[in-house]
Amino acid sequence: MTVTEARTPGEIQEKTAGTGRRRLGNWLAFGVLLVAAIIWLIPLAWAIDTALKTEADTTVIPVSWIPPSGFTFESFVEVLSAGNMLRWYFNSALTSSAITVIVVVLASLAAFGISRVPFRGRSVVFWLILAGLMVPPQVLIVPLFTEMDFFGLIDTYPGIILPQIASPLAVFIFKQFFDGLPHELEDAARVDGASRLRIYWQIWMPLSRPVIAAVAIFTFVLSWNNFILPFIMVTNTEMMTIPVGLATVQSSYGVRYADIMASAVLGGLPLIIVFLFFQRQLVQGIANTGLKG
Amino acid sequence: MAARAEIAQRTGKKGDTARRTDLTGYLFVLPFLIAYGLFLVWPVILGLRMSFFDWSLVGTGTTDFLGLANYRELFADPDFWASLWHTILFTLLTTPPLVLLALGLALLANRAVPARWFFRLAFFAPYVLPVSTVALIWVWLYQPGFGLINSYLVSLGLPEVDWLAGENVAMISVAIATVWWTIGFNFVLYLAGLQEIPEELYEAGALDGAGSYQQTRYITIPLLSRTTFLVLVLQILASLIVFDQIYIMNTQGGLNYTATRPVIQYIYEQGFTQYRIGFGAAISYVFFVMILVFTIMQFVLSRRRRREA
Repeated sequence: MTVTEARTPGEIQEKTAGTGRRRLGNWLAFGVLLVAAIIWLIPLAWAIDTALKTEADTTVIPVSWIPPSGFTFESFVEVLSAGNMLRWYFNSALTSSAITVIVVVLASLAAFGISRVPFRGRSVVFWLILAGLMVPPQVLIVPLFTEMDFFGLIDTYPGIILPQIASPLAVFIFKQFFDGLPHELEDAARVDGASRLRIYWQIWMPLSRPVIAAVAIFTFVLSWNNFILPFIMVTNTEMMTIPVGLATVQSSYGVRYADIMASAVLGGLPLIIVFLFFQRQLVQGIANTGLKG
Repeated sequence: MAARAEIAQRTGKKGDTARRTDLTGYLFVLPFLIAYGLFLVWPVILGLRMSFFDWSLVGTGTTDFLGLANYRELFADPDFWASLWHTILFTLLTTPPLVLLALGLALLANRAVPARWFFRLAFFAPYVLPVSTVALIWVWLYQPGFGLINSYLVSLGLPEVDWLAGENVAMISVAIATVWWTIGFNFVLYLAGLQEIPEELYEAGALDGAGSYQQTRYITIPLLSRTTFLVLVLQILASLIVFDQIYIMNTQGGLNYTATRPVIQYIYEQGFTQYRIGFGAAISYVFFVMILVFTIMQFVLSRRRRREA
């Protein structure tokens, strides 16, 4: 189910009946899309434009895309050298990577067990896990904080990581995938006396690369962008992640729009890069959530 | 048949193997279940317990048993009802454009137009941005005077709009920013749904002389109804738990607070700035039950639909 390569009804229409009216329709669609896309890109362009201005030029009326005193990287330099931006990058990268690895390992193991090992009570276990999809983490902030406080994990990396490692959705996606794989390979391996753990690791994981990639990229983006959890688990500026730290910049810079936009752009940059490289897997990850309907 | 084989295995001399299989199975799911129990199931139980106590975040935490007092206070609390209304208003304002606009854009982008990769990029890119980046950008766009939107309005001869502080406009402003930010998700779900419609249907339709409007109206839209239902449900659930962008625009951009504070923000304030975590837990629980009722309703509805289909 790749969204990218499949043929569109439009193309088919062209093959079957390439009328002028249809081509006109396609150009009309193109025009509407182009206008929409430009509207969609303006906020991003304006943020970058502002970040490249001198502070004085940001509040000039009437507004102008081309600042009177020219473009400058001052604000980017300022934000990177004076603020905690680099530290927040590090915190986000560390916690999101840890969450991603743990989610993939825990969820794929559980899904393998449920899908491939005929143990008693596995359907009960599966339904119990699925029930977790109905619990939005947002309603758990109070007890989760109390629990992490009890463990002494406030303002620590585990305090940010642990509450995000149990993903019922990841188990579900892996199980769907495992259910669809043929038995033959596994049967042959079992006849040869391979343990189930070896089958999981040496046969199943290599076969699952596309689904691992989709779950991993999706988990990484979601945990990098998670605001509320690190927000309640962290009070120390040094321990903040990018989204949490950025939500304090107005208070620390005052009303300095070029600096604020520079931090906003820098905060978004890593994920835009991830997106450009892994667009396919990300889109696949979302399409997978669609399959559960 | 597999079940019978299993039973035979268990009752027969292979009982040991069955027990080993059970053990192996549980060893595979155990690591996940431990994490799941600790960070999902236990907070659900702890939250319920806390909601019956005068549990405080400061000092030793006075934990007098209150019974249902937190709940009684909550139902009489106008701030709770106001915040619940804000959440519902946000859901009502964001859901229709996020579903319909996503559908429209996906239908257009699914035609044979040039540069489709570019459109996917433009509509989806904002979705990967952190919420703080989104909130800061929109606070900047919404500024009076030198804000981009107002300055364009003025140059068109229109009056300025008090996007952030205006009591009646504030939630609309949040909704616009949210539509911009998250539409890519629904857009991609719709594109995936469109790919699953078999080509033959369009070929048959074209042979019968159906134009592109008829094809869309009588083939595409009906066959997309499953996707639409999914998009709608996911969207409502996502909108109901709104907090991040409103909180950040409140605290960083002077967004009208009394006109926008959603339920989750009220929970956060009661728990973490008023230190009344017992009361905060009670609000969480009432809200959780509301979401649960909605989830179960949609589940029943979707099963019935599937049976009818």
